[in-house]
Amino acid sequence: MAKMPIIDFHKLMMVFLLGGDKMLKGRHLLDPSDFSIEELSEIFDLADSIINDPVSFSEKCKGKILATLFYEPSTRTRFSFEAAMLRLGGQVIGFSEPNSSSVAKGESIADTIRTIACYADIAVMRNPKEGAPRIASMYSSIPVINAGDGGHQHPTQTLTDLLTIRSVKNSLENLTVGCCGDLKFGRTIHSLIKALGRYKNNSFILISPKELKVPEYILNEVLIKNNIQFKQVEKLEDVISQLDILYMTRVQRERFFNEEDYIRLKDSYILDNEKIKNARQDMIVLHPLPRVNEIAYEIDNDPRAFYFKQAKYGMYVRMALIMKLLGVD
Amino acid sequence: MLTITSIKKGIVIDHIKAGTGIKIFHNLNLDKADYKVALIMNVPSKKMGKKDIIKIENEIDIDYAVLGLIDPNITVNIIEDEKITEKRNLQLPERVINIIKCKNPRCITSVEKYINHEFYLSNKSKGEYRCIYCDEVYSVQEN
Repeated sequence: MAKMPIIDFHKLMMVFLLGGDKMLKGRHLLDPSDFSIEELSEIFDLADSIINDPVSFSEKCKGKILATLFYEPSTRTRFSFEAAMLRLGGQVIGFSEPNSSSVAKGESIADTIRTIACYADIAVMRNPKEGAPRIASMYSSIPVINAGDGGHQHPTQTLTDLLTIRSVKNSLENLTVGCCGDLKFGRTIHSLIKALGRYKNNSFILISPKELKVPEYILNEVLIKNNIQFKQVEKLEDVISQLDILYMTRVQRERFFNEEDYIRLKDSYILDNEKIKNARQDMIVLHPLPRVNEIAYEIDNDPRAFYFKQAKYGMYVRMALIMKLLGVD
Repeated sequence: MLTITSIKKGIVIDHIKAGTGIKIFHNLNLDKADYKVALIMNVPSKKMGKKDIIKIENEIDIDYAVLGLIDPNITVNIIEDEKITEKRNLQLPERVINIIKCKNPRCITSVEKYINHEFYLSNKSKGEYRCIYCDEVYSVQEN
């Protein structure tokens, strides 16, 4: 998000004193673009070290507490954060739905976070209202991580996607990325385009029915503005052979204006053995999960299917993120 | 012929897009003023075809952010002894706090009432602002 540049003198001083190290300590993660490419590299480098030797990190957060403030149900993201903290030797407190907390009594986010900050060292928040974690960060004395705020942002999903791509492709540059499915409402896709658009020579093939195209503002403010190559197509089979990465998302029937278009196009957005046979051997298939029917189960055994490994990378990147924000590396 | 006399000391808000003068009039609470105020609508203008003008016979604190947001092309003339002593061209402010409200029903500002409604200028040429919480667009042209 292009906010007004504000000079952070504390941060500048830290760069001066520490040579850039520990720059992430105490920061919040609300939007994937909150961190520079260099800072993201720091997180990914640490994640790589964790992947290579997880045991040596198993007590890094001993004595630290992560608070998980989940205002709406989420098994996947919450488990990923909890597993990340537990694997670092830390502990977890929190709520997984607001009815079981003081929120049900009408407590404001500002008051909740200020209270939680007395007990925990770092907080993760999911809230159906867009911008809720930003408010928490404004009142919080501990780092706040946005674990999804409605249809707005889900930065740790983006970090997961980037780490997966970097680990498998050994680079985040020079990639042809196919985004397939619901590109209009899918925040995961918007964040991924923004994030990969910051790296050199990436191009995008945007595969969707016309009703579910990438919003104009993403095209204008991210792709066109930065001279990033892209094309928009309707059928996956027409372009699958060109891709380094295929990022699948679900196309929901209720998003279509008429049944005729849905019937005409629905099969184009289901990846199966027939469609993947034209793909390159080193292409990888990603998906934020949960999947419904957009990837046939027969694909799961294909060596190009990376979506479950992606979930594991998600845990590792969250481990690295927690360590960096706590400054315990 | 409609005649409005010049003012001795005060402010003239000129080059207001025809039809929006009334909006500024209300935003500056001029309808409650106890000093001389004139809203002149549809004045012929070489540059604009027609325009609105507001004349205020008083020293008042103008909220330039509000004015710039309503119409960045307007001019504010400060008058002393019937002469223009200062001419201010407005522009869109970089930040707008508690002037416009976020209309996104999913935005956290719809629930947490104690926080400021804050927007940042995201596209100067299009006159677009975005809510700092949810990124909802507010277009100056459309409002």
